[in-house]
Amino acid sequence: MGMKASASCFGKKEAKKLFSGCRGPLRTAYPFVRFFLQKRTFLFLLPPIAQAHAEETEAARAARWHDVAAAIFHGKHVQNSSLLQLEAPPRALDAALVPVTITADPSARVVALTLVIDDNPAPVAATVHFGPLADPHLLKLRIRVDQYTLVHAVAELQDGSLISTARFIKAAGGCSAPGTTNQQEAMARIGRMRLRVDPPDASGRAQDAELLISHPNFNGMQMDPLTRFYTPARYVQTVRVTQAGQTVFTLDGDISLAQDPAITFAFHPAGNAKLDVEVEDNTKAVFRSHLTLNNPPS
Amino acid sequence: MRHILTSLCIVWACPAGATASPSISQQVAPGIFVRHGACQDATQANRDAIANAGFVIGANAVAVIDPGGSMADGLSLRNAIHQHTRLPIRFVIMTHAHPDHVFGAAAFLPDHPVFVGHWRLPAALATRAAYDRHRLAVSLHTADPGAPVTPTSLVHDTATLDLGGRIITLRAYGIAHSDTDLTVFDASTATLWAGDLLFVGRVPSLDGNLTGWLRALDMLQVVPAARAIPGHGPVTVAWPAGAADERRYLTTLLHDVRADIAKGEDPDHVAAHAAQSERGRWCLFDDYNGHNAIVAFKELQWE
Repeated sequence: MGMKASASCFGKKEAKKLFSGCRGPLRTAYPFVRFFLQKRTFLFLLPPIAQAHAEETEAARAARWHDVAAAIFHGKHVQNSSLLQLEAPPRALDAALVPVTITADPSARVVALTLVIDDNPAPVAATVHFGPLADPHLLKLRIRVDQYTLVHAVAELQDGSLISTARFIKAAGGCSAPGTTNQQEAMARIGRMRLRVDPPDASGRAQDAELLISHPNFNGMQMDPLTRFYTPARYVQTVRVTQAGQTVFTLDGDISLAQDPAITFAFHPAGNAKLDVEVEDNTKAVFRSHLTLNNPPS
Repeated sequence: MRHILTSLCIVWACPAGATASPSISQQVAPGIFVRHGACQDATQANRDAIANAGFVIGANAVAVIDPGGSMADGLSLRNAIHQHTRLPIRFVIMTHAHPDHVFGAAAFLPDHPVFVGHWRLPAALATRAAYDRHRLAVSLHTADPGAPVTPTSLVHDTATLDLGGRIITLRAYGIAHSDTDLTVFDASTATLWAGDLLFVGRVPSLDGNLTGWLRALDMLQVVPAARAIPGHGPVTVAWPAGAADERRYLTTLLHDVRADIAKGEDPDHVAAHAAQSERGRWCLFDDYNGHNAIVAFKELQWE
């Protein structure tokens, strides 16, 4: 095992080599690479730091973040800040289902949050823009992690500045894990949604809610058992949550969100009106749900 | 000495030390032999002989029921068969797609048997065999860890195979331990090969559907068997009493994961807390329980 990193692993012209030679599990990613090289953005062309985990230096990780951040935020300065917290299991049990929680200090005037998995093939897992009904100080997502990586949370503040925090996650293989019966089941119930809202507490604080969306979120790196071709990428691109016409949040997602995307957020309900959720995936399929807040009795 | 070991193993379910030679097959009923699998993960030393594997001898033919976990394991099982009979090996039955049960299949290719499996087995092997082979080669430090053989005879519901004076019945299940579970029942000795629908001693590992597994267990418990051969555990257990521990574990897992989902817990919290009351009752518990909880979580969050 232990294919070592070499200088040839860097550089975008080496994409094929990179994905066939640097690390075993990524070997399966080549068709996906091609897909992205044809169809997708500059982000993907950034050379992932794909060397053996143990040898990866902090400097290399910092350099990777520098490049990724510059590409995502158009060179804008991103300031590391303790106003932002990122929680994740240090060693995830299932690399295809890693829960990540972002919390912001109440004093931070957050308008948007972006979750970046530095070393994933498509680093941006999601960007969430908060609307007037949201309390933008909580966001929890479940992600896929392809290899040991830094994960960054970046908040855009009202004044336009960007603050960030990071955590190192030890998990690998979450992007190319072989297809499971779970995926078939997710396909069968595609578009189904569930909403869980915590009961309000006396303080009048925002209520926490979890939205679960059934969607296989195929990332293009999983093999179809029958055809042995790679299942084409099919993933959730946008999730819009509104209540009585007012926005709670809009999420722009990508392939690094786990199968059956789950979004935990906080909001100030506009009365008892139902939440409207509209989900659109990259095939332009749209799924709509009108979900009751039905708070469990407290 | 081998006989002493063999009889000890039957009584005491083979402590790990007694399985230093994993090729020893024990007769658990007339004409039914089992090579005990160690409660370990695949290593170079155990050659992936970690699941129970064995064979049934009829008047005309032999059926292998799980061809072993690697090329080396499959070859030693084949040798063991030749020590007992010169009858042709006509069938190789694979109880599901996991490598510890099927990677010895290639060792039986010279016998030109009919390879038999669940109707979903070809697809499952196509999905995972290359991945499993790579991982197994690393664990066993060998270039040839073996390979499964795609079955040509597929079981959709039930099927029978005639070994000459001995008819065995195969049954395919819905998604349970895995999505390719198959059992074999030999009515003449009232022996049930349960495959990985039955774990005894080793913590069950869930790669399918938890509620489906409990349903499969319901179906299995009414099989009129006197003994069952678990996929992992002693070479035989009394039936249906031998399923009690597994049922308790699976039911506990189901209950705990449902309760955590109702509370809105994260998958990693669920992995750390579900079925912890079972800890200490199973070998390899910490290696599999958390993973089981996550598989169950993915399934049960949609109930």
